[in-house]
Amino acid sequence: MTASLPYALTAELTHRCPLHCPYCSNPIELQKRESELSTGEWLSVLEQANDLGVAQVHFTGGEPLLRPDLERLVRRARELGLYVNLITSGVGLTDERINRLVEAGIDSIQLSVQAASAELADSIAGFRAYELKRQAAQRIRERGLPLHMNVVLHRANLHQIEEIIELCADWGAERLELANAQYYGWALRNVNELLPRREQLQAAEAAYKRALERFGRRIELIWILPDYYEDFPKPCMGGWGRLSLTIAPDGRVLPCTASSDIRSLTFENVKERELAWIWHDSPSFNAYRGYDWMPEPCRSCERRELDYGGCRCQAFQLTGDARATDPVCVRSPHRGIVADRVGSVEQGKAGTPDYAYRGR
Amino acid sequence: MSSWALSERPRLRSPGRLKYDKARQSDLLLLPERVVELNEAAGAILWLCDGNRSIAQLIQELEAKYGQTGLADDIVDFLASAEERGWLER
Repeated sequence: MTASLPYALTAELTHRCPLHCPYCSNPIELQKRESELSTGEWLSVLEQANDLGVAQVHFTGGEPLLRPDLERLVRRARELGLYVNLITSGVGLTDERINRLVEAGIDSIQLSVQAASAELADSIAGFRAYELKRQAAQRIRERGLPLHMNVVLHRANLHQIEEIIELCADWGAERLELANAQYYGWALRNVNELLPRREQLQAAEAAYKRALERFGRRIELIWILPDYYEDFPKPCMGGWGRLSLTIAPDGRVLPCTASSDIRSLTFENVKERELAWIWHDSPSFNAYRGYDWMPEPCRSCERRELDYGGCRCQAFQLTGDARATDPVCVRSPHRGIVADRVGSVEQGKAGTPDYAYRGR
Repeated sequence: MSSWALSERPRLRSPGRLKYDKARQSDLLLLPERVVELNEAAGAILWLCDGNRSIAQLIQELEAKYGQTGLADDIVDFLASAEERGWLER
C-alpha cells in the first residue's frame, strides 16, 4: 500500500539520563553509550528525514543534553528548515549550554517536572532535580524561548495537579501537557505503584477543568487520557507508520518510542538501510498500516477508522499478539486484563510506593 | 479580537515558521507540536506575513502575482481566521 509521509521525527539521542523516573518511556533494556549513533550518522538521518517530508524534529532521550554534539545537530536541522524542539529534564541546561542552543537555532524547549513540591518531585525522579529545573525554566524564558512543560501523572502526584499547573504558570510555561501515565516499559513494570484509583483521577480531571476556566488562553493545558479508565483505546500515533517516526539511540527506526518492546517484529536500522526505504517498504512499518491486518472484533468495527484498533504495543505487551484489539477496548476479549488491574488498585491499600527505578 | 486594518503588518506568531516541503510539493506551517499543510492560497498569503509588509501591500502583491483584482475581502477574511487559530500576531 502507499504510505503517507511523516511530519515529525522523534530523535532519541541517548538512553542515558540523570533521572530515574519509574514511568520512563524508554525500554527496559537501555542502550549503552557505545551503541549510540555517531554525530555523522545523526547528520545523515536529519538530511534523509527532511527529504522524506519530515518537518519537525524532537530531540529527546534519555537526556539529550548528555550529547555534546546536540548543538551541531540542532544547527543542521535548522539549516534544513526543520522546526527544532528539545525535550529535556533541564539537568545540564547551564547558561553556556542554552546560549549555544539559541545560537544554533533551537525553536522551543519542553521541560519535564515531576511534582509541585521539591521533596515529592525529587523522590519520584530519584535525583535532586527540582531546583535545577526551576533554574532551567528561568533560563529558557530569559532567552525569549517558548517554554513548554510536561508532567507525567500517576498515583503519587495526581493530588497535586492544581499546584503543578500553578507552578508551571509561575515558571512562565505557555503550554503544559498533563500526561496521565501510559503503561509501557518501565511504567508497566511499576504499574501497581503508579495506577491511580478512579476517584483520584476524577478529582484531578475536575481540577484540570477548573484550571482551563481560570487560565483561559494564558496557558495551553493538554490533558492526555488515562486509557486504562477509558472504554475505547487511544488512536495510537494517529495510526501505525502514518504521521511520525522515532529513531532509537542505536539507529533502529520505530513507529513510536514504545514499539521496540514488540518482540515479534524486527526493526530496521539507519546504519544498514535508507530511511525512505524503511518508512515506505520495510515489513515493520507496513505491518499494521491500513485495515487488512486486523482480526475481529476490530475488522468489522465501525470505530476502526477512529482508533485503528488502539495501540499495537499495548496489545503485544498484554496479550502477546501485536495484532490483537487493544485490551483497553470494552469490545476486546482481553479487556479482563485491564479490568483486573484497575480492580486490584481499587481494593489495594496505597502505602509508600516501592518503585523499580530505571537505571539503578 | 477586532478585524485587521489595512495598515497593520501581520507576522507569524513566534515560534511558528513556514517551510516549503519538496516531498509534498506544498507549504507547511510549522508550529510547536503541530504541522499544518497549507493550500496554495494560504501559503502565498502567509509567506508575505513577515511583520514588514502592511496588509494593503500584501494585497497589492498578491493581486499582481495572480493577475487578479478584488482579492482584498478574501485575504482579510483569511487573516482573521489565521489569527483566531493562533497562527498570526500583530
